[in-house]
Amino acid sequence: MGILEVKNVGKRFGGLQALGDVNLSVAENSVHAIIGPNGAGKSTLLNCLVGKLIPDTGSVSFDGQSVLGRKPYEINQMGISRVFQTPEIFGDLSVLENMMIPCFAKRDGAFELNGISSVSSQKDILERAEHMLEDMNMADKRHMTASSMSRGDKRRLEIGMCLSQEPRLLLLDEPTAGMARADTNNTIDLLKQISEERDITIAIIEHDMHVVFSLAERITVLAQGTPLVEDTPDNIKGHPKVREAYLGETQTAA
Amino acid sequence: MDAIILQVLNGLDKGSAYALIALGLTLIFGTLGVVNFAHGALFMIGAFCAVTLSRILTLSHTIIDDTKTDFLGNPLKVEVPYIYDIFGQATGDVIIDWAVPLSILFSIPVMVAIGFAMERGLIKHFYKRPHADQILVTFGLAIVLQEIIKYFYGANPIPTPAPAAFTGSFDFGAMLGFDPNTIIYPYWRLVYFAFSAIIIGAVFAFLQFTTFGMVVRAGMADRETVGLLGINIDKRFTIMFGIAAAVAGLAGVMYAPINSPNYHMGMDFLVLSFVVVVVGGMGSLSGAVLAGFLLGILESFASMGAVLEVLPGINQIIIYLVAIIILLTRPRGLMGRKGVMEE
Amino acid sequence: MFGLTKKDTTLLIIVAVLAIFAPFILNPFPEGSAMAQFNAGYPDLMQRLVIFGIFAIGFNILFGLTGYLSFGHAAFLGVGSYAAIWMMKLLTMNVIPAIMISVIVAGLFSLLVGWISLRRSGIYFSILTLAFAQMSYSLAYSVLTPITGGETGLQPKVDDPRILDGALQSGQTPRANLFGLEMGTSYEMVVGNWVFTFNAGYYIAAIVMLLAFYLSIRIFRSPFGMMLRAVKSNQQRLNYTGLNSKPYTLAAFVISGMYAGLAGGLLVAMDTQVGAERMFWTASGEVVLMTILGGAGTLIGPVLGAGFIKYMENIVSKINKSILEQWFAFMPDGMEDFFITIVYPFIGKGWHLTLGLMFMMVVIFLPGGLVQGGQKIAGLFRGKKASDDAADGKTTPAE
Repeated sequence: MGILEVKNVGKRFGGLQALGDVNLSVAENSVHAIIGPNGAGKSTLLNCLVGKLIPDTGSVSFDGQSVLGRKPYEINQMGISRVFQTPEIFGDLSVLENMMIPCFAKRDGAFELNGISSVSSQKDILERAEHMLEDMNMADKRHMTASSMSRGDKRRLEIGMCLSQEPRLLLLDEPTAGMARADTNNTIDLLKQISEERDITIAIIEHDMHVVFSLAERITVLAQGTPLVEDTPDNIKGHPKVREAYLGETQTAA
Repeated sequence: MDAIILQVLNGLDKGSAYALIALGLTLIFGTLGVVNFAHGALFMIGAFCAVTLSRILTLSHTIIDDTKTDFLGNPLKVEVPYIYDIFGQATGDVIIDWAVPLSILFSIPVMVAIGFAMERGLIKHFYKRPHADQILVTFGLAIVLQEIIKYFYGANPIPTPAPAAFTGSFDFGAMLGFDPNTIIYPYWRLVYFAFSAIIIGAVFAFLQFTTFGMVVRAGMADRETVGLLGINIDKRFTIMFGIAAAVAGLAGVMYAPINSPNYHMGMDFLVLSFVVVVVGGMGSLSGAVLAGFLLGILESFASMGAVLEVLPGINQIIIYLVAIIILLTRPRGLMGRKGVMEE
Repeated sequence: MFGLTKKDTTLLIIVAVLAIFAPFILNPFPEGSAMAQFNAGYPDLMQRLVIFGIFAIGFNILFGLTGYLSFGHAAFLGVGSYAAIWMMKLLTMNVIPAIMISVIVAGLFSLLVGWISLRRSGIYFSILTLAFAQMSYSLAYSVLTPITGGETGLQPKVDDPRILDGALQSGQTPRANLFGLEMGTSYEMVVGNWVFTFNAGYYIAAIVMLLAFYLSIRIFRSPFGMMLRAVKSNQQRLNYTGLNSKPYTLAAFVISGMYAGLAGGLLVAMDTQVGAERMFWTASGEVVLMTILGGAGTLIGPVLGAGFIKYMENIVSKINKSILEQWFAFMPDGMEDFFITIVYPFIGKGWHLTLGLMFMMVVIFLPGGLVQGGQKIAGLFRGKKASDDAADGKTTPAE
């Protein structure tokens, strides 16, 4: 029984069957990659996991509890954090403030009307945020406006924000899309380090095979809304069906 | 039954005005992505085009009429409009009488010019700014425009009559077999409705059947792609803004006899027209027209004595109430497109 | 001090000093001099300066922090005013219950309006709030006449019940007071040619404004304030960070509604009358303008904006043609006439034209308002140093 269980999930948009009959089990503390060609339904599946979409059929449960019908913030409070394809951060706020907000969410829950005490008096939150910034090697940038940073730094900050909530499951949506090679490698190293040092499950949707094979312990290949095969990276590399559907073209492209 | 027909008819003229303003608002919003709070001011300026033309036509000079004398026996001074000198008295009178319809010709170039000036001079710089900024700057412009009109024309409404031929009323009741005088409807309102229908039809035909219209419609659906095709969309959108301004202006010109123009009529109509656009669905042209007539008629029903007895004051708030309900149950409005103005 | 940083304390003290010495500051010209018409140190205007300051401070908590542009806040001010006047008619002419009830009623009303309007964002939200305000205005003018007095509005009358106050003798007029201290009480200080007026009502309003300002600083610097800025910056990220943005924005909406109600109650406390025009949507537009002009999202901006607009309104609308003639008298005749013709439309009754132009100029050239303008000018003087701490300065809301 994995920490994330997806059973018979289907989703239809008008005439398009985006997800057919998806079954997926992500084991606790593993790194699980979901790959597939464009239009395979990867993003739809992810959106069903975080509450942005509600599947037509099937069930999604996290740690034994159903996530269906819950709002994104409720699902986050259950312990699932999401990293977006383009970094979603609070661009107008400072890096330190960006890091403090998830700390507040972790400590105070989804809503807390704390309008009188000053932010600077919240020592525990400040300490936690500073600590996380150091972990992310961003302590020197703490007073920068978040939107003025490079894309790689924004990604790093976003991952840090997610980690500061100590999620049990980290969902990443093409975390290296549009990144330069150096930034991509940095991100891979960061994620490797995270999965080694922390008790955390990582599910990653990715296009870049380099990223997938550097990180994943198990890989699910999605094609036309249904899982084609699920196996270890080595077996996936050699799998004829996968080569045919997807890998062949991408490897030559890469 | 006769009461119902009467209310539908009564709702038509206001509904027409809502529809025309809402149509222009939607054109501007759909093509340029700009929320134009100054659109009501364009409607108001249109109405003042009618006022202006009728003033120009009655410009007079004084002559001494030897055939008449005042009570002291002196020759009488009379004011003679210049127009008599050009066309003679009989034709001159007809022209003065028809000042409002003639203003249509006068107002089109004026409104298009104002529209161009607005778009090139101001709106253009706000395409990339947040909607809040667009609302605020056009709100400021609306205040400026109405204050300029107030400066030149004063604060009081200026009666601007329709041609004498249209001053009577039409007895629909008699025609439809009800008692005479149960459904009477002023001719001019009928003209206004017909005129609006023609304008709306013309705008739709223009968008449907011309290449220009096709590009504009494509631009409304997906601006970026059309831009990528190498079509100079900006220039066309400027023209579109001129057209939208002209539509609002024409709606105002013809409305002058129904409601004597005053400097704040634009604001009064703007708030309601925005509500109309939202009910119709932001970005949907047919939605704007449909909602305009629907709300106009609804408002007129809410003003019936029988309704007011049960729900006093409902005529004042019915449009807002409907808008609130629509926005909460159908956020995209009656015919709104997906993805317009959603986060 | 007061749980504020040094910078914020300085700001609070500056505002407090300005408020306390306003009767001097606003009356710089001696009586009877040509410039005396620019004096603004009389009670009625000073009261309005601080009361609209409160209105704008509250509006800024919603618009400045969350970015939600409400076009209907005058409705809350109006509702607060009506509630206050009924307190004066039914209970007592003491202003305390009147002001308290105005805040409560406006808070409840804004809870209702906010709960519905906040289901939508962007322009839909603006139009929903506008629709609610226009509805309130229309109803106040027509059906609700028994409660609102319709076109004539409401004033306390001699024969109102006023349970807590003793009955008035005929001929006496009910006056608003604070435990016997009448709002209209003034002390005039004559220094040479100058006359300075110290008015009880003004100082009570000013104290309330300072409290309101202090509270807004606390809100800006609090975790709640940070969440509101996060709503403006990226609502999606907020929701995916386990925070429910709805109650945050609703709380901001209700707080700003209560500020509006407070301003409405104070207006009644000062002039003991109310009419529906207070709720008209141009009044809502005015508070938006005050906030933008001063600088939305900054602490002091709304106070400056409100003061500036109310002052200008008062001064500009008092200038007439003969004053203009005095000013331009030094010019040759033709030129004088020319300048008078140019300037004339903008003064006196033309105040709204000036206002509209100012509105446009600020949005076009100075989206950050007066505060940003001041920072820019200060930056020019400080030269390079300013650009160095610009990155740092941007991250916290400017004072």
